[in-house]
Amino acid sequence: MAERTQKQKPAPSRTDETVEDAPAVAASGDKLKAELDDLLDEIDGVLETNAEDFVKSYVQKGGQ
Amino acid sequence: MAIPKVCGIETEYGILVRGADSNPVTASSLLINAYLAANSRKVGWDFEDEHPGSDARGFSVDDLLVPEIDTHLVNAVLTNGARYYVDHAHPEISTPECRTAREALVFDRAAEEIVWASMQAATALLPAGAEILCHKNNSDGKGNSYGCHENYLVAREVPFGRIVHQITPHFVTRQIVVGAGKVGCELPGLTANDVPFQISQRADFFEEEVGLETTLKRPIVNTRDEPHCDPNKYRRLHVIVGDANMSETATLVKLGATSIVLAMIEDDAVGDDLTLANPVAAIRQVSHDLSLRRTLLLRDGRRMTALEIQWALLQRAQRYASTHGLEAVGAEVGDEVLALWEQILTGLERDPASVAHQVDWVAKRRLVEAYAERHDARPDDARLKALDLQYHDLRRDKCLARRVGLDVLVDAADVRHAMTNPPETTRAYFRGRCLAKWPDEIVAANWDSMVFDIGRDPLRRVPMMEPLRGTAESVARLIDESDTPAELLARLGS
Repeated sequence: MAERTQKQKPAPSRTDETVEDAPAVAASGDKLKAELDDLLDEIDGVLETNAEDFVKSYVQKGGQ
Repeated sequence: MAIPKVCGIETEYGILVRGADSNPVTASSLLINAYLAANSRKVGWDFEDEHPGSDARGFSVDDLLVPEIDTHLVNAVLTNGARYYVDHAHPEISTPECRTAREALVFDRAAEEIVWASMQAATALLPAGAEILCHKNNSDGKGNSYGCHENYLVAREVPFGRIVHQITPHFVTRQIVVGAGKVGCELPGLTANDVPFQISQRADFFEEEVGLETTLKRPIVNTRDEPHCDPNKYRRLHVIVGDANMSETATLVKLGATSIVLAMIEDDAVGDDLTLANPVAAIRQVSHDLSLRRTLLLRDGRRMTALEIQWALLQRAQRYASTHGLEAVGAEVGDEVLALWEQILTGLERDPASVAHQVDWVAKRRLVEAYAERHDARPDDARLKALDLQYHDLRRDKCLARRVGLDVLVDAADVRHAMTNPPETTRAYFRGRCLAKWPDEIVAANWDSMVFDIGRDPLRRVPMMEPLRGTAESVARLIDESDTPAELLARLGS
């Protein structure tokens, strides 16, 4: 949805020199950024609470 | 003509027990036994034909190696034709032999689900509050690595030197498409402050161009010559250089593109002009170069980027598809792989972020960098390494790869089916169906044979030296119509 809305609203400062596919790229970029922000909010709740201890305790024996 | 690229993946999973004392070997055994107890009966693996010390270059060092497989450890064959066992202190699943990369993708996903089911079953056996975690990754960030190996059927008549020569440029550069990404660096003397993020999990661990080792001085091309099928006709190329992928697209393209390049090598359609001057230095350089712009020195003095080498291989593969066809890798799957491969290279060239839904290292990097920016975290901040590890965490509620929007290419129902049913297109069908129907009469199973106890001496060994014999097409009716293994063997004429 977000992508579609943004595609219909090109930035006002756009000039004739702008390459043709710029609106789509910018729109999907914004969409990705919004998704990433949501994901980061979620990750604060999912990431191991004591990251330092978790990373320290993550020791594996070498394998193949 | 290229022979069918029968393929499979073997993955060693990272394992950790929290809240209880346990060593990784015990934990791995517990994990697998818990799954077997809950889901199937146990049939042991037969080691008679295992020769991991045979070298493709024509000599054998069986006597020099510590035995690779400890027969006292858990080792089971599943009804989907896979092998589930403890190897080097890790739980490992080898998928059954598959006819195409797409089929192998489904069985690799099924293997993940089997490990996840095992984690739940094993955790239920631990004291309250304790849990067992598995990660589909390849390093602990402290210099310890474990593998995700691929296997491909290759014609014995193709000179091994040609394979080494012509596949190496692909193995060095394919990581830009299928690398799983890693926070930090495990080369001696380098830290996350020197290399905050790199493309491959495994590149830091490769020290040789060619060799037999898999645990020390790992070579880019592994020479283990243990075909598990007719050695006069076939090789099994054992590939140890890859990362375990969370992205289904990556697994498909990793297996598919490599299958195509191997078919091209069999048909002598690759050429020698992409040979690198120093593959070991190159594989690390490519992994550390997030700009994808640094060039690699070729033996003939030219310089090319990893991306340019991948483009050259793709273009040759497209040409090969039109001149030879892609029947060797399954025509439809071959076309799908070529399209994805092109799409990813195009995206990497234009804007890597545009392939974050397909490429693991891009997805992980985006996450790590955004997190670092939001929390003002320095490259060596433990939270960034935790993100890296958790990307591969097989607990559904903790796995970050499940949250980054990776494309899903396989049907969940197909994956569930593949947890207990074999592929129909290879000898794994015969193995899996017999195990499911007659678990008590099968004494042992192996990649290339099964041993039946039909109630009379001696035990009957059924050799399976042809990977494409024993398919559903040829044996489904025989198995369906036989009430006992004795009847089956009589009808098979063995």
